[in-house]
Amino acid sequence: MYMRIHLIQLFEETVSKYPQKIAVIDKDRSANFSDLRQKAMQTAATIALKNIPQNKPVGVFLDKSVESVYSDLGILYAGDFYMNLDIKTPAERIKNILQLVEPAAIISTSTQIKSIAAIIPESVKLILLDELDNDHEPVSAISEMLSERRASVIDTDPSCIINTSGSTGTPKGVVLNHKSFFDFLDWSIETFHFSDDLVMGSLSPIVFDIYSFELCMLMAKASTLVVLPAHLAAFPAKILEVLEKHQVNFLFWVPTIMVNIANMDLLSAFKLESLKTVWFAGEVFPTKQYNYWHHHLPKVTFANLYGPIEITLDCTYYIINKEIADSEPLPIGYPCRNTDILILDDEDKAVSEPGMEGELCVRGTSLAMGYYNNPEKTAAAFVQNPLNKAYPELIYRTGDIVCYNDEGLIMFKGRKDNIVKHMGYRTDLGEIEHVIINTLKLVKNGCIVYNQTEKQITLFYEAPEEIPVPLFRTEIGKVLPKYMIPMVYHRLEQLQRNTNGKIDRLFYKKEVNK
Amino acid sequence: MREKILEILSTIRPEYDFSGDEDFIEAGMLDSYDIVTLVTNMEITFNFRIDGTDVVPENFGSVDSMIALLGKYGVH
Repeated sequence: MYMRIHLIQLFEETVSKYPQKIAVIDKDRSANFSDLRQKAMQTAATIALKNIPQNKPVGVFLDKSVESVYSDLGILYAGDFYMNLDIKTPAERIKNILQLVEPAAIISTSTQIKSIAAIIPESVKLILLDELDNDHEPVSAISEMLSERRASVIDTDPSCIINTSGSTGTPKGVVLNHKSFFDFLDWSIETFHFSDDLVMGSLSPIVFDIYSFELCMLMAKASTLVVLPAHLAAFPAKILEVLEKHQVNFLFWVPTIMVNIANMDLLSAFKLESLKTVWFAGEVFPTKQYNYWHHHLPKVTFANLYGPIEITLDCTYYIINKEIADSEPLPIGYPCRNTDILILDDEDKAVSEPGMEGELCVRGTSLAMGYYNNPEKTAAAFVQNPLNKAYPELIYRTGDIVCYNDEGLIMFKGRKDNIVKHMGYRTDLGEIEHVIINTLKLVKNGCIVYNQTEKQITLFYEAPEEIPVPLFRTEIGKVLPKYMIPMVYHRLEQLQRNTNGKIDRLFYKKEVNK
Repeated sequence: MREKILEILSTIRPEYDFSGDEDFIEAGMLDSYDIVTLVTNMEITFNFRIDGTDVVPENFGSVDSMIALLGKYGVH
């Protein structure tokens, strides 16, 4: 037995077992584990040559591809941690992230870097993959140097930063360590008996925690990662074609696309005969569409997973092993092993009776280290366990309202605040309001609500005259990523106020969800 | 019909000129979020329902291919 400290240990073992096995399939290209290791190590050597110390954040600004996979691995090889950035995100938002996190370097290509070249601080070193000379020393020579770099890393050091929406207009960078990924991997492999034959249909953008999990499965279980190109996300039929072509047997998706596939009745045309396991997480999967999947793929194991990024992927799960009526919601189930769930009422007392609502809080190895360079937000969400007065122990407060049902399963009820899950992204509606009213000053007063049925972000605003929708979309699109741009706009002379004189958000929320 | 389609497109992506002859998908003028909005708007505007197997890049690359797609559903 040896001590498990660094995720690269898993990858090294996998490479020695399966050097020739295909690790990544990216359109008509592929890379085996041995290729991937070589590329990752060369990237790591470049990081070392740039005199970047260990345990520093390094950004990756690339399309999801073989390159993004070996860049992330390379950063880990160098004893640093990766922060993936979305190339579609407006430069303004990337600027906010870079100012907050100050990565030591950014890995990109000379073409892709162009869109953000003007906003990169001088202190950030650039590693452009297409401009690197590949005449590095052989892998055997750099291997030892890189091992030495990693020797000082401990398992509570970060492995990555994942950014998530924050109400003040700047995303929060969640710092996840190596240990919490080991924890989630162990649970996954033990619970689902995964062997070394997984072929994953990878649809999540590289900024999602799901992608980081897929990366971990690649390292730990020699799983093959099939890149499903982002531009196909709108064309589910094309995606299903790719799944059949590569005999994908595992999916970990957000329900948005699965709902589209169900509504388009595409599983009548695509039989997906290789598929064995489907996980979904990130938002509520309507049971009607879930049942469509279940009835078309009766042999597949479906699991509903739940959890915010701050506890490393997911903390509860429900393997759906019985029929559930369309009108019944899917439970989020039970805590994952080595995780404890507390449901706390308004007075921070534990709720145990069925039907009583409370906030879901998490205790365990899975907890993130906090938000990068943000002690206030960290202190507000990662707090002392109120049920433990004897010694320091942190829990994470999710802000999600849940209850137990009669069978002791946890049921999701809603949010405490203004956060919604939209197209798989955690979206703080307050951030959109903040940008429209304070940053861009497009309107004086407005409120954003979410239409749950139509999945539409809706703006109600006060103005003497109608503001053209294209103007809204163009301006907001300069600051916020596309999925955060409101789809529906309503102008009013005067917004409804509550008794305190504040805009009556609840009224508009009810209005769009009638 | 052409004008209506162009109008929908210009609401979704005001910064682009959709009257040219490049392929909207290949040129990156429409991404996956836009397609979702476009399909919804076309269904509402022309009062029909697009079959999932028809939501493929070939049918949304140009105004002509969208008109052809509508024709397939008897929308003229």
